[in-house]
Amino acid sequence: MATTTTLAPGTTGYERSWVLDWLTTVDHKKIGVLYIVNAFAFFFFAGLLALVVRTELAVPGLQFVDQSTFNQAFTMHGTLMIFLFIVPVFSGFANYVVPLMLGAPDMAFPRINALSFWMLPLGGLLIVSGYLVGGAAAGGWTGYAPLTGVQFSPGDGTDLWIMGLAVVGTASILGSVNFLTTIFKMRAPGMTLYRMPIFVWTVMVTQALILLATPVITAALIALFIDRNYGGSFFDPSVGGDPILWQHLFWFFGHPEVYIVILPALGVVSEILPVFSRKPLFGYRAFVWATIAIGLLSFSVWAHHMFTTGVVFLPFFTFMTALIAIPTGVKMFNWLATLWRGSLVFTTAMLFALGVISMFLIGGISGVMLAAAPVDFHLQDTYFVVAHLHYVFFGGAAMGVFASAYYWFPKMTGRRLNETLGKIHFGMLLVGFNAAFFVQHSLGIQGMPRRIADYAADAGWTEMNLISTAGAFLIAFSMVPFVVNVVTTLLNGEKVGDDPWEGNTLEWATTSPPPTYNFDRLPPIRSERPVFDLRHKHEPNLHPEANP
Amino acid sequence: MSAQAPTRRQGGFPIPLVGMLLFISSEVMFFGGLFATYFSARASFAGAWGPPPGAPELEILPVPLPITLILLTSSITMHWAVRAIGRGDSGRLRLWLVVTLGLGLVFLAGQIYDYTTLGFGISDGVYGTVFYTLTGFHGAHVFGGVVGLSILTARAGQGQFSARNHVAVEAVSYYWHFVDVVWVALFTTLYLLG
Repeated sequence: MATTTTLAPGTTGYERSWVLDWLTTVDHKKIGVLYIVNAFAFFFFAGLLALVVRTELAVPGLQFVDQSTFNQAFTMHGTLMIFLFIVPVFSGFANYVVPLMLGAPDMAFPRINALSFWMLPLGGLLIVSGYLVGGAAAGGWTGYAPLTGVQFSPGDGTDLWIMGLAVVGTASILGSVNFLTTIFKMRAPGMTLYRMPIFVWTVMVTQALILLATPVITAALIALFIDRNYGGSFFDPSVGGDPILWQHLFWFFGHPEVYIVILPALGVVSEILPVFSRKPLFGYRAFVWATIAIGLLSFSVWAHHMFTTGVVFLPFFTFMTALIAIPTGVKMFNWLATLWRGSLVFTTAMLFALGVISMFLIGGISGVMLAAAPVDFHLQDTYFVVAHLHYVFFGGAAMGVFASAYYWFPKMTGRRLNETLGKIHFGMLLVGFNAAFFVQHSLGIQGMPRRIADYAADAGWTEMNLISTAGAFLIAFSMVPFVVNVVTTLLNGEKVGDDPWEGNTLEWATTSPPPTYNFDRLPPIRSERPVFDLRHKHEPNLHPEANP
Repeated sequence: MSAQAPTRRQGGFPIPLVGMLLFISSEVMFFGGLFATYFSARASFAGAWGPPPGAPELEILPVPLPITLILLTSSITMHWAVRAIGRGDSGRLRLWLVVTLGLGLVFLAGQIYDYTTLGFGISDGVYGTVFYTLTGFHGAHVFGGVVGLSILTARAGQGQFSARNHVAVEAVSYYWHFVDVVWVALFTTLYLLG
């Protein structure tokens, strides 16, 4: 049985009602759970919008929705998936585990932490409320000028979209200040930077990207709002403005955003692989520096999204973009070396981690293809790009979300999710995901543009669109075993100890769920695997790299 | 002896100041984005860059230069406020906080007065749009600093700060100096380089 290293948790002050307790909590663990629940609510809604898009595209001809509804559906799908699901859900997991992994009692600013959570549902509802006032935003999640100007997007939906995104952006800036301060200042004695879990490193780089990239999109959103409402002319060329300026500002944020999304997933994989390979992570320090390198490079590549505008310096941005493949490749090889000759345990969390690696590999390779300017001129705004970004965002990041959910559920609740249902969930998701998105590579190469509601019957795209739509529905159905699993486990799941996986990092050294302020005492921290060291304290150190 | 628990302050730089410096870095990027709109618009503008035809040229007198000097002075008085409480002199702290607050309000009043004399608006071409957006958001940040200074003044009036415990005063002073530096960059860009 797993080692238990805790004292009994203390009492936590006066009694409050259950509802009031959750509404007013400043405990990082409860705020983390709120983040995750809120993110999954938007995930399911945005997933339904994806089904609207895929249903309409299953066969040629307009069957279910008109063009305007279709445009709103894909715009809100992209916006909500990125800004209200995939980024905040990792903020939720990070909120829960980062202080635990650092041996800290809470985040550095607990009340600001609560504020930055509660701004999220507010911003999300502002974005969605466009549906109540005659149509949500329909200019695409990238909000390109002049599509989002008053001429092509009249009505309040786009203004609500701008305001909601500004609120969500401000929330994530406050959150990143909180995370970075926590990581810089709240580490337990002995927890040096080089002993921090890889997940904390990826969160640190991610939050630094949020801190430096999000204000730029906020400035751009403000400029767009001024153009729309106060007669401004930032993006209006007829009075001296420049529509390409929006693309520069948007992608200066938008490209780091890709790494904001994927880095935490890569961090989770780097926590899960060593645990279920029963080996230390291969090349810990190389992994750290690869993460930092990706973060730095991500600010130098934004214009590869704008090759076809003709105003950017192609060789530079092609070179810098291709360069990112090197630190990413370092991570890939470190993961494979971690698995090599390990005693692999194929839990659901491990399966999802392996899913991240293989799906993100495909997304990464198609990314290198798109980075080549001549190829990009051919594939710009086709379904190849849609396939690429879904392999990164869904196959990479969202698989990482599920890996996190299965891995940390026992820590959050004391109960382990059912493995059989979990494996059914994983199998359906993997098959559905690849059916939905792999064919889109071919569709893109054959010229099917993105953001269209209909296509000609003789274009030769019908069969693959049908496969893609069937895959999308299989993804949706794969959420049934997941939701059933979460509900039944919460009600009557298998109770496991404090450390069911025999983990390495500090969150496994306290009770499940942890008490308020997390720890009564901490094990000595002498490597990046303090709980492993504690469990094997009479054996020789198998991982001398961490103890120079 | 410290009033704060050991986990909240592990030596080195105090946690609230780390948070404030990180927040200021995000503000640097925010104003960086706004400055990028200015220089981008200016670089792609056909014709003479400046206030739209019919409006007078921007003048640094009688208002912009004096309020710039006033804002610079307020950074000095803010610094004296921090120095005073560092010595434990809460009387001088209150004095310099009130002076700084007053100078900030004079700056805002001057900026509003200056707006009334310009003769062009935010919708009069891209120059008007970038001019009012940049100066307007700077003014909003000065207002945020004024709110912070008012809270500090109220707390100082209740004797909440001491030589050992005045990290909030330092945090607001960082923010105030930052807003001042942004104005120097704005004044140079808009009024001196033209």
